[in-house]
Amino acid sequence: MQKIVKSATAGTLESSDVYVELTPSDGGNEIEIESVVLAQFGDAIRKSAEAVLKQFSIENAKLKLIDRGALDCVIRARVETAVLRAKEG
Amino acid sequence: MRRSMLFLPGSTPNKIINGDSMGSDAIILDLEDAVSPDEKDAARILVRNAIRDMGFDGVEVIVRVNALDTPYWKQDLDAIVPLCPDLIMPPKTTSAQDVLTLDAYIGELEKANGMEENSVKLIPLIETALGVENAYQIASASQRVSALFLGGEDLSADLHCRRTKEGNEIDYARKRLVCAARAAGVEVYDTPFTDVNDDEGIVCDAKYAKSLGFTGKASISPRHVSAINEVFSPTRAEIDHAYEVIEAITAAKAQGRGVVALHGKMIDAPVVARAEQTIAAAEALGLGREAR
Amino acid sequence: MSKIVKTLREAIELAGLKDGMTVSFHHHLRNGDYVLNLVMDEIARMGVKELTVNASSLFDTHAPLADHIRSHVVRKIQTDYMSAALGRQISTGLMQEPVEFRTHGGRPSDIILGRTPIDVAFIAAPAADEMGNCTGKLGKSACGSLGYAFADAQCAKKTIVITDNLVPYPLENRSIPETDVDYVVVVDAIGDPNGIVSGTTKITRDPVGLMMAQTAAKVIQASGLLKDGFSFQTGAGGASLAAAMYLKQIMLAEQIHGSYGLGGITGYLVDMLREGCFRELLDVQCFDLKAVESIRSDPRHMEISGERYASPSAKSAAVDNLDVVILGATEVDTDFNVNVHTDSNGYIMGGSGGHSDTAAGAKLAMIIAPIMRARLPIVTDRVTCISTPGSTIDVLVTQKGIAVNPARSDLRERLKAAGLPVKEIGELKEIAERITGVPKKIPQGDRVVANVIYRDGTLLDSIYNVPQR
Repeated sequence: MQKIVKSATAGTLESSDVYVELTPSDGGNEIEIESVVLAQFGDAIRKSAEAVLKQFSIENAKLKLIDRGALDCVIRARVETAVLRAKEG
Repeated sequence: MRRSMLFLPGSTPNKIINGDSMGSDAIILDLEDAVSPDEKDAARILVRNAIRDMGFDGVEVIVRVNALDTPYWKQDLDAIVPLCPDLIMPPKTTSAQDVLTLDAYIGELEKANGMEENSVKLIPLIETALGVENAYQIASASQRVSALFLGGEDLSADLHCRRTKEGNEIDYARKRLVCAARAAGVEVYDTPFTDVNDDEGIVCDAKYAKSLGFTGKASISPRHVSAINEVFSPTRAEIDHAYEVIEAITAAKAQGRGVVALHGKMIDAPVVARAEQTIAAAEALGLGREAR
Repeated sequence: MSKIVKTLREAIELAGLKDGMTVSFHHHLRNGDYVLNLVMDEIARMGVKELTVNASSLFDTHAPLADHIRSHVVRKIQTDYMSAALGRQISTGLMQEPVEFRTHGGRPSDIILGRTPIDVAFIAAPAADEMGNCTGKLGKSACGSLGYAFADAQCAKKTIVITDNLVPYPLENRSIPETDVDYVVVVDAIGDPNGIVSGTTKITRDPVGLMMAQTAAKVIQASGLLKDGFSFQTGAGGASLAAAMYLKQIMLAEQIHGSYGLGGITGYLVDMLREGCFRELLDVQCFDLKAVESIRSDPRHMEISGERYASPSAKSAAVDNLDVVILGATEVDTDFNVNVHTDSNGYIMGGSGGHSDTAAGAKLAMIIAPIMRARLPIVTDRVTCISTPGSTIDVLVTQKGIAVNPARSDLRERLKAAGLPVKEIGELKEIAERITGVPKKIPQGDRVVANVIYRDGTLLDSIYNVPQR
């Protein structure tokens, strides 16, 4: 397991982008999603975010996504960026 | 056929995802000047994911990485090389040694990723006085180099002059680059025309570049793409004439005649060479004989 | 003699407004309109209940109608378009009775045929004389054409003109004649000029929009319809106007002299008139100041009524001779049905306006829409609501290709011959879904909140409530 040591953000609130906020938490991963396409893609967004956290073995993250209709590859990129930023010493 | 290359900022999803819908023959996903230092990591990851997942349709993908004098270029190549984009554009290339440095590192990455040797090609961006003077050496430094690209903005600064619409200040560099590239047997691309709202200016600028021998031209705005494509496409009349030339020369050869004239003008070897280039371009664009 | 009545209340009383009756309004003052709220507030104060409001369109500024619905002043709404402020509330179940959506052609048709009788019509008038001759061309609240108000004035049992600009009798250059008017009321302001028309309608700078517009112009050029006598309508939004810009370039370069530009008129169509692309503009509604100025001063720029514009029961209407119309869409399905009533979550945020009228009339009805908006593909298996039947749509233009209605194989061949990127509509759906992923279906409620009535009076589709979590 990898520890997140600090908070980090990535992305923007522009159309087709997603703003990601990552903060350390004590009990497991917690994902909160706000999206203009929540009904259509809420589950898919959660799955992608979980997959990236798992890829980096993150288990203590509170992740908040404010999505403006970002494509899957953008969501994954922004979460990864936030994770890497949060892991920096 | 690569006439137009459209720059897209590597940090803006909205622009990247529609990149293949702007009509350009190639897109340049930019990790360098269009991205601020604190977003370099984000852009690198975003561009990597986009190339991997978007399946850009009908356009060549070029990635402009950060320059050798920055701390980013190795990470950029680490992320991008395994996806084997059509071309990698290293900026501020000043010498053959720059190319060799990149060549060696890309070679390592190719090996590590089980890729074919020399599969990743380069289009060095020449935008310094030294780069211009070394253009031939740069173009012939490695078989990875498949084209040169002139960057007029940085070059003007390096030349201590103002960049103008007329472009007299980069005229020498343009001609020198065309000559160097052709001497090395690679393609050559012209600097963007930067007044996004000048629809006539772009046509003049592109026509001039074509007249010097450039293969095509880059653009920072989707608005200029169609003008560039039009200028760098052979016209119907040019294509028809090219076919006539080839027909005449073929017929003459069959009859054993050495000297051939078409419409009262001598057809010599350069005329034939140009006709062949025109036909190759036309066929690549689907404007060949069968399209008539 | 004078028809001037001192107060609005007095005029409403004189008109004999009673519980359960129908009142009507036009929407030429668009989001700047004060009159509908002014009248409905007065009616509420008078204690009249259970009214039907028949308005040619309802904008965000008309959101106070929701309060009148809650307090039972209003029982039913008939309209051609409803923007999101009210639409969202309707979609979550504000009204007992479903909203009746018509089209800009169907509405005057049904009024004239007596299918939707009006008891009292309220005509907001930027200029009027004391006998009720009125026009939209003059005054601080000028809106240009009053096209959608003609049927109301003509057919209502009582017609009340409301103006903030009383001019000496007779106002000869009038739109609506005194013969149709019962009372005239003078108020301080009928609207906010900033909301009535936009200063200038600007062409989109969105590169995707411009790309599609360029393709749209090429489609028109390749269709065989672009020749002398050509007639054309386009919307004011997004890529539609940009398509007109590219079309103009082609028409000027090839010296094509069209016959008329139709519909909601923008400065762009005015430029095309002035530069000789059209002989006339037939204007049912002005979208910007340039259009207002032009309809006031240029005799080639004609005001037409909603009936003349698009009525299916008139002996003929201008849409019947239309060559090309460019339209938008929030969704298009694989049968080419178009939704312009609801957003992708099922909430009401629009309406047909002239969409289905022009699609039915035009020889080439073209939809321009990006292949996806945010992460939502434009092409679906079945639109949330059929606003315009697919049988009347000929072409869908997106940035990733053009789909032609299979019934138009002639057109398909022409476009292919011109080298345009023709694809199957299902292919466009797949291309989008490859990029976006397949969206999950939106849960739909089981209560009808609005009915979409086609221009011929038949029920085209129903809109259901959006269940709240």
